[in-house]
Amino acid sequence: MNLKISALDYVQEVKTGNISAEDFVANTIERIQNVDDKLHAFLSVNEDAINQARAIDKKIKSGEKVGDCFGMPISIKDNMCIKDSKTTCASKMLENFIAPYDATVIAKLKRQDAIFVGKVNMDEFAMGLTTEFSAYGPSKNPWNVEYVSGGSSGGSAVSVSALECVASLGSDTGGSVRNPASFCSAVGYKPTYGLISRYGLISYANSIEQIGPLTRTVKDTAFMLNLITGIDPNDDTTIDNKNEDYLSGIESGIEGKKIGIIKEMIGEGIDPAVLSATKDAIAKLEGLGATCEEISLDMVKYSVAAYYTITATEAGSNLARYDNLRYGYDFPLDGYEFNSYISKARRKFGPEVIRRMIIGGFVPSAGHSGKYFLKALKVKSKLTKEVNGAFKKFDFLISPTVPILPFKLGEKIDDPVSLFLVDINTVTANLTGKPAISIPFANSNGLPIGIQLMADSMHDKLLLQAAYALEQTVRLPEVPI
Amino acid sequence: MTMIGLEIHCQLTNLNSKLFCSCKANYREFKINENICPVCMGLPGSLPRLNQEAVKKATMIAMALNCTIPEKIAFFRKNYFYPDSPKNFQITQLNIYGDTSVGGTGSVMIGDKKIRITRIQLEEDPGRLIYDGSSSKNQITLVDYNRAGTPLVEIVTEPDFETPHEVRDFLNILSNILTNLGVADPSLEGAMRADANISIEGGKKVEIKNIGSFHDLEKAVHFEIIRQDSLHSRNIEIIQETRHWDDRRKITVSSRSKEEDLDYRYFLEGDIPWVKIDPEIQKKLKTEMPESISSKKARYISKYNIPAQVADVLSSDKYYSDLFEDAYTESNAKEVANIITTELMGLVDTREKREVSKFTSVHLRDLADAIQSGKVSRNSSKNALHEILKSGKDLSTVISELDLGNVSDESELSRIIAQIISEEPQAVEQSKSNSQTINYLVGKVMQKTKGKADPVLTLDILKKQIGI
Ligand SMILES: [Zn+2]
Repeated sequence: MNLKISALDYVQEVKTGNISAEDFVANTIERIQNVDDKLHAFLSVNEDAINQARAIDKKIKSGEKVGDCFGMPISIKDNMCIKDSKTTCASKMLENFIAPYDATVIAKLKRQDAIFVGKVNMDEFAMGLTTEFSAYGPSKNPWNVEYVSGGSSGGSAVSVSALECVASLGSDTGGSVRNPASFCSAVGYKPTYGLISRYGLISYANSIEQIGPLTRTVKDTAFMLNLITGIDPNDDTTIDNKNEDYLSGIESGIEGKKIGIIKEMIGEGIDPAVLSATKDAIAKLEGLGATCEEISLDMVKYSVAAYYTITATEAGSNLARYDNLRYGYDFPLDGYEFNSYISKARRKFGPEVIRRMIIGGFVPSAGHSGKYFLKALKVKSKLTKEVNGAFKKFDFLISPTVPILPFKLGEKIDDPVSLFLVDINTVTANLTGKPAISIPFANSNGLPIGIQLMADSMHDKLLLQAAYALEQTVRLPEVPI
Repeated sequence: MTMIGLEIHCQLTNLNSKLFCSCKANYREFKINENICPVCMGLPGSLPRLNQEAVKKATMIAMALNCTIPEKIAFFRKNYFYPDSPKNFQITQLNIYGDTSVGGTGSVMIGDKKIRITRIQLEEDPGRLIYDGSSSKNQITLVDYNRAGTPLVEIVTEPDFETPHEVRDFLNILSNILTNLGVADPSLEGAMRADANISIEGGKKVEIKNIGSFHDLEKAVHFEIIRQDSLHSRNIEIIQETRHWDDRRKITVSSRSKEEDLDYRYFLEGDIPWVKIDPEIQKKLKTEMPESISSKKARYISKYNIPAQVADVLSSDKYYSDLFEDAYTESNAKEVANIITTELMGLVDTREKREVSKFTSVHLRDLADAIQSGKVSRNSSKNALHEILKSGKDLSTVISELDLGNVSDESELSRIIAQIISEEPQAVEQSKSNSQTINYLVGKVMQKTKGKADPVLTLDILKKQIGI
């Protein structure tokens, strides 16, 4: 059975009876069993997936109404709650946490008869960009298992790229969907802030992060957005998208559109292969009738510093609840006073989480916030103004998703500062709330390169049209695993 | 000069749900840890969703206390570790980055004195700690999260009070305002809590925390002033410190905690978007607000000719003013007010008495009408009131069962009056020259009829029979 199939094709094949959901899901599970020892995309696999697929086949046969996913196997980053299943955030702190409720995106997909084949790996609490900070070990890049998958939604990208599922949901706080999508050659999407409900997504930096799909094609991303976007009474920050259909008109092309090339994102430190792929993408877009022009966004050079200051502050607060009193792992309270208990219990956090929480305790503290946290907020607001200005002139902004190629496992893990700089092209979309997408575009010595397009807030549909147009110009090799 | 400032925490007990989830705001009826959900337990992935009704009610309080209302309000996180706080931060409000709390500066008058309000903020109540274990060695702390997330309004005043008496007057006025708005029931256990800061001439400011009721607040202030005065008189320095109110021993105790040194790392709560309360919305809210106590008072005086002092009492207690509003008619308003303030008040002055009372506004109206028409005397009406409170029977049943009806049969009354006239020749003679003496004779008739004679009719017949 061909597992390299798009979500839309899967739905079509099952609908028309060419394949059964049970067969496809069973083959997917088998695939996971065969390759995941090498890749480590999954933290847990849904033992009941095949039974669930069989039930959907039954529904199809009996003529009952079937949801739009028709039993499509989807993997879920392990920071989203699925009722009655383990949700660990790849942390020892939540090793035994079983979610008592469904995240809104999960409830929506369940109603559409999606099947969750498993929960996938990530950096602990989504802090990192290689999955090397997972408490359960890193995921490997299916294009070369000696290389990092990217992160923090590394398990999502690996599982999509290595045919262990048809689509995945990740979360993107500073590039955590787009970065691994770029490194593993998948489409990765970060929507306009508020487009997708965060209810049930375990917060890292709640004011800037969003859930986003990782898929094989741009159309699949549009399909997924149709299923999971929209206002949610459980998340006050969601916005009304008036039931937008992201698939309709996706082939409209980009004739006459204006695209800005962000100068600061193709400058110092960029890998020559990435630069030449970016130039190639620009040429192709111009060939499709768009006009491209360089633009300088001055605040981008402060964006990573601002990003780490804001995310550390919010993380310090969001992760404070993990005191092991109400849920967590087995560690009896007897004989402890509250403060000594929680400081001991919280030692289960990994080194990166601890590092960021120490920063998060410092940068917004009295006497220091003016120099750090408040300054970071100023950068955020100035950057937003600058980007809003750019979108008065341009329909889209383009850059490589990551300025460098995937690197080897262990290569940068001891050098947090150089790791931070990998974020330079992705954090702007989060700090400004804009939608952004990474499209698989090139391959350099067997390692994928992604191109990023960004659009103005609520122009998600337009952004997908541009991404689709660019995607049509690309022919990429098969994944070697 | 003694300076006292208050921080009053008032639960919005009349709301249906908690501040950020749909659990009940009235947690008191639940078994331990049964009024909880993923949101108020701060489970991973849960998000607060703001109870818009709470914002409305808090804004009404701010308006009633004459506070400035900002056009947009925001929420902040106050970060600290404590087991009663499920998220280890509290969602609250703050005015240090501009006025973004539900209420800005305002004021309340107690008599001729103005008490300034610093700000009013809406926030969530934490859970409740229960200490268990016999000795301090094996002491354990249990946490009940039923209360966690209950909507709380914090009212902060300037240090404008000088005496415990002023504090009590303010608390009475505040209780009445909150009850009148229908937002809270201050008599519920734990619904009103307070902190106070107190300094006397030449001393440092002392903060008193953890005062569990309005009743204790006055006591705590009183105790603390005496404590500070006695230190001062012995030339002992009054240090700046935080003390806790020990509600068992009714004293303040120095607390060794370093609460004032905590850095709460306040920052904007991103999960709750700013809420617009623009002039348009404010106008609409004003129309939805119940009539204020002062406006009721003015209306009672000007429309029904009720004396100012009576109108004051009647308007400030919602229980009485509701009874009045339901019972009065154009013709009996004064009598209704009179019954409430002279007869009823002593009988239903506590929450418990009100709860068991069977007295309704229908009873009140009937009683006023009966007094005015002479069916029952004012004297007998007291007995009727007592009986109705207990039994809830209607007035006519009570009158006939207790034989409280007036003697209004003219021939019967004429017979009695003739008898009195023959027994009191001196008074009869005097009454012809001194009109006051006739009242003595009316009194005699009342005595004979045990107060059941219709006084108007009695006077009429007396005059006729004497010939004046
Ligand atoms: Zn709740």
